Amino acid sequence: MTQFAKTLLDALRDLLPIIAVILFFQLIVLQQPFPEPARVALGLVAVLIGLTLFIQGLELSLFPVGENLAGAFVRHGSVFWLLLFAFSLGFGTTVAEPALIAVSQEAARISASAGMIGTSEEAQSAYALGLRATVALSVGLSLVVGVLRILKGWPIHYIIVGGYLIIVTLTQFAPPEIIGIAYDSGGVTTSTITVPLVTALGIGLSTVIKGRNPMVDGFGLIAFASLFPVAFVLLYGMTV
Amino acid sequence: MQEVFYHIANTFFLTIRDVLPIGLLLVFFQVVVLREAIPNLKRTIVGFLYIIAGLALFLIGLEEALFPLGEIMASQLTDPAFLAPADNPGVKLEWWHYYWVYIFAAAIGFSTTVAEPSLIAVALKASEVSGGALSPWGLRIAVAIGVAISIALGAFRIVTGTPLAFYMIAGYLIVVIQTMFAPKMIVPLAYDSGGVTTSTVTVPLVTALGLGLATTVPGRSALIDGFGLIALASLFPMITVMGYAQLSQFRARKRNDDTDE
Repeated sequence: MTQFAKTLLDALRDLLPIIAVILFFQLIVLQQPFPEPARVALGLVAVLIGLTLFIQGLELSLFPVGENLAGAFVRHGSVFWLLLFAFSLGFGTTVAEPALIAVSQEAARISASAGMIGTSEEAQSAYALGLRATVALSVGLSLVVGVLRILKGWPIHYIIVGGYLIIVTLTQFAPPEIIGIAYDSGGVTTSTITVPLVTALGIGLSTVIKGRNPMVDGFGLIAFASLFPVAFVLLYGMTV
Repeated sequence: MQEVFYHIANTFFLTIRDVLPIGLLLVFFQVVVLREAIPNLKRTIVGFLYIIAGLALFLIGLEEALFPLGEIMASQLTDPAFLAPADNPGVKLEWWHYYWVYIFAAAIGFSTTVAEPSLIAVALKASEVSGGALSPWGLRIAVAIGVAISIALGAFRIVTGTPLAFYMIAGYLIVVIQTMFAPKMIVPLAYDSGGVTTSTVTVPLVTALGLGLATTVPGRSALIDGFGLIALASLFPMITVMGYAQLSQFRARKRNDDTDE
């Protein structure tokens, strides 16, 4: 119970800035009356309890499960299954991501109005589906590369800087309409449930494997998952 | 009232739909591939229920209370009638007239990032792995400052209509240069913090702001210029997190020099 109370207090502290910003802009800058204060207060209570439960749940399930799974893969020495797991985790959580679905439909509309693809309903939905598959594939691939990096101990900055070079080069040749979407697609792929699990997996792997440091080798999976989609979507925009 | 209940039920359903594939994937690999029992099964199940209930409540609260308010505020703040100076309402708006928009963008970027659950998760882990050397609060503040700068800069970009690629490439350059000088321990974490900042809380509010701006600023297209805020928000936290580590290192070194004398 004391743990719960402490998490609740932390969550309250985390939410205070939002409350302050909204009050300040609503009452002082915009000088508008507060619409439905009871509803807003109730919503804030829901947010507060939700955040508290989520953080408690992380420590109980996603963190230990991710680390335990990493340990089990290493004990069994099954690199193939580990990589397959990484790919399915990346692909599976991304392909159904609501934010991605929204963005890819938006992208299809833009491309149709820019004359890159046909304006028919089918052409647009085919384009949106292709884009979603591209992003999901790239996130799956990024976790495979990320896990391989932890196994092999490759330094992360070469891959990231190399990735930037590729993105900067592709930007010169990609159609301008796709650039904003491509850059944004890196940010929308990593959901609230995937991030803790992927982080725990990386740290678990680098803890179990000899010669790896969790701080230096454990992080970085999320970084790959936000880098790869940018390059892949730029390529998609160039080929379609 | 009925609508609210429908919304609550729907959000729970959507959250379960998000968590379920991951749960199945975990069970499949644990039981079928690795043939190992899940340790602390009961605790794990309770934890997953907490996560589902927590995330659903969190989203319901945001969607019922914060998002509508945030969207109204974004549209009011970007309204030319509000932005024009009181003594000269018909003036053609220049980029500096939008100062409240930049302040709001920075404030909303900062405050939503502090409450972002996936960032809290990563900060907890980073603190644990570094043996407490990296305080979760310090990391989150560093990331939040990065998001604040990027959203304000993104708003400026939409107002002035300068190309996104220019900002991104400049940002990449800074990241590359910092990577060479930042403490090696922080680099992977800094790269990660770019991706975790933008999820549940930040994206909807920031998107509302971007769309509001792109529709009201003359000559901008909501479809083309509305994008790009998220991209900047995943770039600048890398710079501020590495900067934070560099600053701590610099101060520690200075303190050591002082005691040596």
